Amino acid sequence: MDRRTMLAKASGSAAAADSAFAKYANAALPKRAAVAAGLEPYAGAWDKRHASHVLRRVLFGYSKADLDLALTLSPGACVDALLDAPAESLPPPISTDANDTGVAVGQTWTTAAYDGNFNGTRQRSLQNWWMALILGQKFSLREKMILFWHNHLATELDVVGDPRYAYLHQLLLRKNVMGNFKDLVRQITVDPAMLQYLNGDSNTNANPNENYGRELQELFTVGKGPEIAAGNYTNYTEEDVKAAARVLTGWRDVRDTPTAEFQEKKHDAKDKAFSAAYGNTVIAGRTGPDAGAAELDDLIAMIFAQAETARYFCRKLYRYFVYYAIDATVEANVIAPLADQLVKAGFEVKPVLATLFKSAHFHDAANMGCQIKTPVDVVAGTLRQLAIPLPDGSDPVKQYALMALMVGEAARMQQEIGNPPNVAGWSAYYQNPVFYEVWINSDTLPRRVQFTDKLASAKGYGYYTDKSFLSADVLALANATSKPGTVDALVSDLAAILYPITLTDVQIKYLKDVMLAGVPEYEWGVEWDDYAAAPTDPLKIKPVETRLRALFGAMMQMAEFQLC
Amino acid sequence: MLTGDTGMDRRRFLKLGASACAIPFASGKLSAKAYGMDPLANLAALAGNDRVLVVIRLDGGNDGLNMVLPLDQYANLAKARANIMIPENKAVKLTAATGLHPALSGLAKLYADGNLRIIQSVGYPNHNQSHFRSTDIWFSASDYNQVLTTGWLGRYLETIYPNYPDGYPSKDFPDPPAVQIGSSLFTLLQGSSVPMGMAVANATSIYSLVPSGYDTAPATPAGHELTFIRQMFTETQKYGESIKKAIGAAANKSGLYPATGNTLADQLKGVARLIAGGLQTKVYVVSLHGFDTHANQVLAADVTTGSHAALLTKLNDAIVAFQDDLRLLGLDNRVMGMTMSEFGRRILSNASLGTDHGTSAPLLVWGAGVSGGLLGNNPAIPDTVTVKDNIPMQYDYRSVYASILKDWLGVSAADLQTVLLKDFPALPIVGSPVLPRVSATMGAELEQNFPNPFRGATTVRYRVSTGMDRVRLRLFDMRGNMVRVVVDGFHAPGTYARTLEAGTLSPGTYFYQLEMGGRTLQRPMEVMR
Repeated sequence: MDRRTMLAKASGSAAAADSAFAKYANAALPKRAAVAAGLEPYAGAWDKRHASHVLRRVLFGYSKADLDLALTLSPGACVDALLDAPAESLPPPISTDANDTGVAVGQTWTTAAYDGNFNGTRQRSLQNWWMALILGQKFSLREKMILFWHNHLATELDVVGDPRYAYLHQLLLRKNVMGNFKDLVRQITVDPAMLQYLNGDSNTNANPNENYGRELQELFTVGKGPEIAAGNYTNYTEEDVKAAARVLTGWRDVRDTPTAEFQEKKHDAKDKAFSAAYGNTVIAGRTGPDAGAAELDDLIAMIFAQAETARYFCRKLYRYFVYYAIDATVEANVIAPLADQLVKAGFEVKPVLATLFKSAHFHDAANMGCQIKTPVDVVAGTLRQLAIPLPDGSDPVKQYALMALMVGEAARMQQEIGNPPNVAGWSAYYQNPVFYEVWINSDTLPRRVQFTDKLASAKGYGYYTDKSFLSADVLALANATSKPGTVDALVSDLAAILYPITLTDVQIKYLKDVMLAGVPEYEWGVEWDDYAAAPTDPLKIKPVETRLRALFGAMMQMAEFQLC
Repeated sequence: MLTGDTGMDRRRFLKLGASACAIPFASGKLSAKAYGMDPLANLAALAGNDRVLVVIRLDGGNDGLNMVLPLDQYANLAKARANIMIPENKAVKLTAATGLHPALSGLAKLYADGNLRIIQSVGYPNHNQSHFRSTDIWFSASDYNQVLTTGWLGRYLETIYPNYPDGYPSKDFPDPPAVQIGSSLFTLLQGSSVPMGMAVANATSIYSLVPSGYDTAPATPAGHELTFIRQMFTETQKYGESIKKAIGAAANKSGLYPATGNTLADQLKGVARLIAGGLQTKVYVVSLHGFDTHANQVLAADVTTGSHAALLTKLNDAIVAFQDDLRLLGLDNRVMGMTMSEFGRRILSNASLGTDHGTSAPLLVWGAGVSGGLLGNNPAIPDTVTVKDNIPMQYDYRSVYASILKDWLGVSAADLQTVLLKDFPALPIVGSPVLPRVSATMGAELEQNFPNPFRGATTVRYRVSTGMDRVRLRLFDMRGNMVRVVVDGFHAPGTYARTLEAGTLSPGTYFYQLEMGGRTLQRPMEVMR
């Protein structure tokens, strides 16, 4: 499928469709005072505020245990632990669809024969499997980084089609998640899913297809700079798109295996001349069965030799993990040195991430709470933060049923894992000047609130025919605070967990009003003590549970809860 | 300065047009917008009548003995609460035996006009003296030892808004089922899934629609995004549009609202404006804080002053202004109000010029549609009052609920069972009982019986126009007791007639109810002597 053809048919924009969004979202990038702190290690206090900041950005929601663990470590050791965590055990996705005649329920479809009739159900299974991994994440950056790669090197299940390809693609991302940017791009280029997604499979000497050659440069590596002449985007030109496409001719996916293969007879064996943007590099045309691999190596080497490739990538990391506006100070003090480190490290990403997360810049107050939670953060992060028990894999049908609902919730909030809007990934990371604000509109915001309202409610979020519900154990959450019987301490402790910024007195009073609903404040302590003395008595539980549910609901309704 | 990679061109953004654009199909904002403000444009949400209930919660436990004064009990009362008791000569007399606190002269005028019903000693058996627990009981309409997770008004509203919030707002139901003025929703509005209403922080100012608790956002990048999200909250609040329109469509007409210092009056002013603006909301909830008067509920120098007197003044002034406004707006026949408080206070006062938690207390219902007067007797004050003595219940609070639901809001007997879970005898509170709700969207039609009134026998005709539904035609007495099953079976579409023999039925009014496809139609019939 030629994505450009499809995209050209669409029209309009998100901003135009929502008058409130158009009215309030950034019309220009917000100005902030220059953040002087650079990549030098953060040397300030290591307290709940700073530890929470790291956990919020590196995990999808954090538990009290995560925070306690972080606080036992030094700031540096905490980051190292998050980056060095071992890979999770990874049983493959399974079928939970009794209609899938090719695979029994409980068995994996990843090794079964391709059956176009069950593409949809198997793709959903892959998404459910992924969501279970996100929700089951340990003290590790891995899942947030997987989603980074998925956004950066985007593919869409709906376009890739073959769910086995999509699974292999996932495994490729997971294998390289903390690894080498350059190697990953090299492998992604001839990954069956990507060959399908960006038409590499139809890129031949007779009919070159420019799709991948363009996105490789424009989106995955060197990035598109200002158009300084017709067809010249500073970092590459239209001629470079054509040349890269020719380098990549001859690769295709093979459905039977499934793998990718190089067909020499469909490869363009002539030399490929690149523009002045690449120093007029010429990639020598090759023949023989290894010609494709050899020329691909040359192409990758040429692109990664460009200084802009590392910078472009570091800006993507920055926007994903820190903040969207990159001013001259950030460019000079953060992006440039980070890119230098990336190049010196041979494009290994882990050392670069370690530097970023340990830096004084990352820990600067200006960078706290300035992200808007992604839909996956709202869904998975909230479930994890509220410590809501989830079904394990012992009943996979039930587990996947829940995961399907969670995938759907995030999708309706406009982030469907596995199906980003297009090859550029989610616009929250590139659409200037709105960036993160694009997550919030008059449809998605009520959805976010409706989701958290259900989790806070006594009835909960129903998800399975056995009447299973997701509902916050508000008593346990309150019990984990320092002084649950004191309204001020309770609200303040919970606020520190749920919000990345400090509440004002007015807001705290509002939350207390909601919680107490007119009942005198001292009465809370009485009721709590009554409950604590008889924690299994429904008549003692109900009064405190009711107040706590109102409090949690209101806390998650506040705009602060949407910040990360 | 922006760096070079941010200039993502339009092409990149295009797919958003298909998938990420904000068509608010779920929140239904567009559909709410699409319907106008004519209060009579659609009566579906008003459940067949245009009556509205306003609930005033007196937070903290109102001292009933200091509000409705049992003058005929003063000899004994003086022994129990000499330090706080209102002198008899300061009472505003309603009858020889009963007076009101001097702060309630406006309510006394309402009483004289027949627009105030005072129900004595309302409570429940085994009254709980915990604020939280007793509030939960009053809100959920549970027994003292029963835990319910839904509220009585939430359950009532669910009979009108089934499956709420899925599918709402809609063409027929463009407005919130209930509105609470304030920052939170009391659990009396809790439905089986979510609260059946919307909290409106300040009904006279559009910006501060919920969620409230806003304060100046910090001048940081986080504060920048916070401001954006808050603005989006304000813009996209479910029902925000209809509330905003209602506020904009009407103005208050009474000059009696106190300019400052009366939060209850402010809330009721907003309610009047919303009703006048055409909001089809059935229930409004407002509240007045501070009734937990353990100390200094009166001032020693003048027991007619003090914190309780100040609260009663607010209550009096707010209701008087609200009623005046409703009258001037031509809405007084549509609105009935009631007070509720988790408990009354102890008969015996304490040494701090205050009173501790008690049990039963009088409850006020007011409006042009009430059957005015006093209901019940003054509580009997024992000769010797100890700290353990409380006022015995005369009326279960759920009888008040039942009467208002049935006679004011027109809740059918079957729905009343769903809402209150038990039968409670109705009280003469409403002066003009409405006929039970007749659904406008039935697939069957139920004709008035003929002859009516009747002796001997009458004929009921009804039409079934859809499917092979189970059809039940049953007869209920005025108290909602089912007295006869006339028809119970599966009908093909067509018109049917059934003869109904008076037989052993006592003379009086009955309702015959046709149930089909989970919906009901009802009509009254009269059996003559």
